[in-house]
Amino acid sequence: MSADQFVQYLVSGLTMGSIYALIGLGFTIIYAVTRIINFAQGEFVMLGGMLSFYLISAAGIPLAPALILSVLIAAAIGAIMYIFAIRTARRASVVSLIIITIGAAIFIRGIAGVGWGVEHVRPPYFTGSESISLLGAYIHPQALWIIGTTLVVVVLLHLFLSYTMVGKALKACAISPVAAGMVGINPRAMALIAFALAAAIGGIGGVVMAPSISMDFNDGFKLGLMGFVAASIGGFKSPIATVIGGLTLGIVVSLAVGVDWGPFTSAYKDAIAMMVLLLILIIRSGRLSAEERES
Amino acid sequence: MQKYLKWSVMLVLVVALISLVPMGCAQETVIEEGDTYKVGAVFDLTGPTSNLGVPEKNTVDMMVDQINDAGGINGHPLEVIVWDTEGDNDKCALMATRLIEQDEVIAIIGPTRSGTSLHILDTVTTADIPLVSCAASIKIVTPVGERYWIFKTPQTDKEAITEIYTYLQSANVSNIALITDTSGFGVAGRDILIADAADYGLTVVDDQTFDNDDTSMQSQLAHIGGTDAEAVVCWSTDKESAIVALDMQTLHMGIPLYCSHGIANMAFITAAGDAANGVIFPAGKLLIVDDLPADDPQKDVLMQYRQDYEALYGEGTMSTFGGHAYDALSMVVIALAGLDEGITLSDARTAVRDGIEQITYFVGISGIFTMSPTDHLGMEPGSLAMIEIVDGEWTWLK
Repeated sequence: MSADQFVQYLVSGLTMGSIYALIGLGFTIIYAVTRIINFAQGEFVMLGGMLSFYLISAAGIPLAPALILSVLIAAAIGAIMYIFAIRTARRASVVSLIIITIGAAIFIRGIAGVGWGVEHVRPPYFTGSESISLLGAYIHPQALWIIGTTLVVVVLLHLFLSYTMVGKALKACAISPVAAGMVGINPRAMALIAFALAAAIGGIGGVVMAPSISMDFNDGFKLGLMGFVAASIGGFKSPIATVIGGLTLGIVVSLAVGVDWGPFTSAYKDAIAMMVLLLILIIRSGRLSAEERES
Repeated sequence: MQKYLKWSVMLVLVVALISLVPMGCAQETVIEEGDTYKVGAVFDLTGPTSNLGVPEKNTVDMMVDQINDAGGINGHPLEVIVWDTEGDNDKCALMATRLIEQDEVIAIIGPTRSGTSLHILDTVTTADIPLVSCAASIKIVTPVGERYWIFKTPQTDKEAITEIYTYLQSANVSNIALITDTSGFGVAGRDILIADAADYGLTVVDDQTFDNDDTSMQSQLAHIGGTDAEAVVCWSTDKESAIVALDMQTLHMGIPLYCSHGIANMAFITAAGDAANGVIFPAGKLLIVDDLPADDPQKDVLMQYRQDYEALYGEGTMSTFGGHAYDALSMVVIALAGLDEGITLSDARTAVRDGIEQITYFVGISGIFTMSPTDHLGMEPGSLAMIEIVDGEWTWLK
């Protein structure tokens, strides 16, 4: 493996990792506030990507407004999903609510399939397709958009959670819904905000990645799974932990392809990645239980 | 005692009822004059390969209307009952069973993929019903002794790879890198690609794989970039192949990309954009029908199909996958046209099987077919054309 190749693996890994991270953020936000793992998260990503394509190509809306509109529609669908599917079943256990999110995902996917058909679509790149040379590697401008968007989203999210009243209320709900309720925070309103926010971030992910990966109505599930893994590595704890989780996953998978380990070809990349991830989870859970013992 | 008597009477009645049910069924359906001929179809209308299954269903719908508008088959209207497999093996077997038992169809066309086709071989063979598959793998119809009831219409992987390798050899290429997906289609293709390379003086210098869920193939391609490969051969469907083409452009690989016949639709060109230019692949002649000489025996059939299909479903929507269904249903219809009146369903199924096996020189979309008891694909060689994408258009490399 040459130095150029190594840089290329890192760059590709960072791009892939940013995609995982952007999807994972939605899982983390909803889990923190409601303890629900929202398996419809990938569908918001799909919606973002598909909407941006149809708003640009079919409705002829210029790029920037089309992207914003796609994200807003995705957020609205997230809020609607919470109001009609989750809140109406609020007495159900968390496990039932998780199953409801799976149902919602299938519902959204079905509607998208009927409405948009089965062909995959690729919206235009934001800024050209000529890749940029970087330390002997090449990076696509859209990949820079993906990485940049991930960083901006996680920084904004961090500021929102730390310095605004609503953000702090969300955080309070995440720490203890009961205590948050006692000081006058409405947990249901917070859950609604969490769903809308997660759907919006999913939508943002969808619009920035769709030009690179192309999108069809069926992609939500697999994308959701990638984000779920990123969020699990981050421990569903904080946005920053999720982003680190996503980036780690992306880089490990990319290097697993590149490094020649005798008979281990790229066919083993997922196995290698999963082994590394298991190792991280085992080490972390060991440390967590040590912390628990101390406290 | 009274109680026992009551129960035994009940028991006798129940047993009698149960034994009556199969007797009722044993009276087999007879197809009378003017009755509808029912044919079944199982396609991937949803799921990962729905972009193959949907043109197949569209084609079937179109043909049924055409046939019935022209008065049906010897006065029998044609009905094709299409079920969705969702790309799932078990679901496919379930729907095939339903077609056989409940819908009482005479023959089945489909499934869309090799995996689902291989999965239902036993189901149709034990039910004694003919199946005309729309999938690539040669295993579907070989060994022919065990595939008495099974036929298929698309070109095989092996033929497609032979076309590519012959072309590479004539272009004086000696080192190639493979990048294949881990689905049934990709794995089957990879096996043949590796096994046959040496026969054409080719050395496989790198052998990379990816999953169909992957969003980037840059790492694999960067690995190939570190070898002295002169060409990349990708074996996958259109969506993933488009990502490979895009990533090769991003990485400035500067070597040509050869793809499978799985990219023979406009979706690949739309998805890959600029990066599609220069991609070379083998495909049925449907894509380059305008360039075919007037004396090509398939020219008229292909022109007619494209015109009819695009008039119904829009410009640029036709693909070779719909053509597989066209060939499958056409052959079933040819066999149905030879049926006697007033025969039972099982006799009709046998007669249709025999009829398909006797088809000689049927000019279809994928090729020209002559079936025989030893060949249930029966396609004449030379059915594939090597095609290069130039400025977003299919161009025939004669």
